Amino acid sequence: FLPERSNLAGVRHILLVLSGKGGVGKSTISTELALSLRHSGKKVGILDVDLCGPSIPRMFRVQDNDVHQCDSGWVPVFVDQDKSISLMSIGFLLEKPDDAVVWRGPKKNALIKQFVADVAWGDLDFLIVDTPPGTSDEHISTVEALRPYKPLGAILVTTPQAVSVGDVRRELTFCKKTGLQVLGIVENMSGFVCPHCSECTNIFSKGGGEELAKHAGVPFLGCVPLDPQLSQSLEEGRDFIQEFPKSSAFPALAHIAQQILDGTSQQSS
Amino acid sequence: QVALLDIDICGPSIPKMMGLEGEQVHQSGSGWSPVYVEENLGVMSVGFLLSSPDDAVIWRGPKKNGLIKQFLRDVDWGEIDYLIVDTPPGTSDEHLSIVQYLSATHIDGAVIITTPQEVSLQDVRKEINFCHKVKLPVIGVVENMSGFICPKCKNESQIFPPTTGGAEKMCQNLNVSLLGKVPLDPQIGKSCDKGQSFLSEAPESPATLSYRNIIQRIQEYCDQRHFQEEKII
Repeated sequence: FLPERSNLAGVRHILLVLSGKGGVGKSTISTELALSLRHSGKKVGILDVDLCGPSIPRMFRVQDNDVHQCDSGWVPVFVDQDKSISLMSIGFLLEKPDDAVVWRGPKKNALIKQFVADVAWGDLDFLIVDTPPGTSDEHISTVEALRPYKPLGAILVTTPQAVSVGDVRRELTFCKKTGLQVLGIVENMSGFVCPHCSECTNIFSKGGGEELAKHAGVPFLGCVPLDPQLSQSLEEGRDFIQEFPKSSAFPALAHIAQQILDGTSQQSS
Repeated sequence: QVALLDIDICGPSIPKMMGLEGEQVHQSGSGWSPVYVEENLGVMSVGFLLSSPDDAVIWRGPKKNGLIKQFLRDVDWGEIDYLIVDTPPGTSDEHLSIVQYLSATHIDGAVIITTPQEVSLQDVRKEINFCHKVKLPVIGVVENMSGFICPKCKNESQIFPPTTGGAEKMCQNLNVSLLGKVPLDPQIGKSCDKGQSFLSEAPESPATLSYRNIIQRIQEYCDQRHFQEEKII
């Protein structure tokens, strides 16, 4: 088995988006990071290994697409004619969108191995791996399967409150135990600016993500505020980075992507 | 008499939310004893078995299932009126196991939580399908984080917009009850972080009113089912 000959041979950097907690915005951050990197001229793939709740296809408005096979395996779904963003998700394999994937660990592990080995990504600058919440089968299998390809590391997403941070601390331990470098922590849903009067309310508290990064000695990538225009974009599968550069979440999301790019260019030099 | 069982093995949030962080589980002749918040509210979670807040439970399915079985078999709950089981997101080992292990007794049903956007609803439809598959009755759906009223100007914002009609439309389409909508309230997160009862801390909040209405509907549903069962007997 030679990593050089595999479907991931043309992928320059692999990064995982993790969280201990559900509902904090992993898929959102994965999506916006992909869009930002695309706007910096990069070719990006997203591998969605959330088998029970695959959110990625809809966020790019390709939820009705099918997946085709080629000689080297599955052809990823391109989100537009540019072919600058490609996706793979169990969402494309379901007969009906409401079908539940009620699988125990071993079956999930088998599909994840296939997803890692059998998608013909071609040449990519970045492969972003979006995960479900937790530290279980999907995470163990994904990290094991990706290990020969030396992933760049993981971005951890949390919301500001202690209840969320409490789970993300455990995810940090997961990274340490599995040898996955932590590229940084994102504090998502960090504050809401009322569009009517501009008053800022910390609906889910504030600062927990930044504090955790400091305490754990990992980079803090920034706070992303709650932004109804962002939520709306995701609902409609639109390109938030292109269409809403003046929106409140834009600067933070662009900054996260920039830090990832800076990190990789430092690596090469 | 209420028991709260937290089967989110990887992300056990209940101890913190109940103000029980740092508590340990004690063993006796009759099994593990739950940790009591009040005399009539006992809690069990893997959180109580971990020695540090950084400890990660990095287990595959079978090991998680084993612990869930122990929680059901070895915890000395005593006589209880309600056993509430908090689950992780998904439709996998934990969910299959809890339904399977409780199949010898009866489960009144499941309360399903969503937020208003389609990104959430699309997963919740799968969860409802899961319930149908395993013959778990659906008591109803709760739409959480349903709108935010600015404390300064009192205008409402739909932070998580119901672009496809929210839980209301989904419930109509799937013929399940909408138990209620809970608005965003910064005090909810604060209370949970401090391990205090939001209902006691913010009795005037619109969210408190929503919670209480939802809880009442759940109780009515359970009472009705018992009444029906007694009629059959």
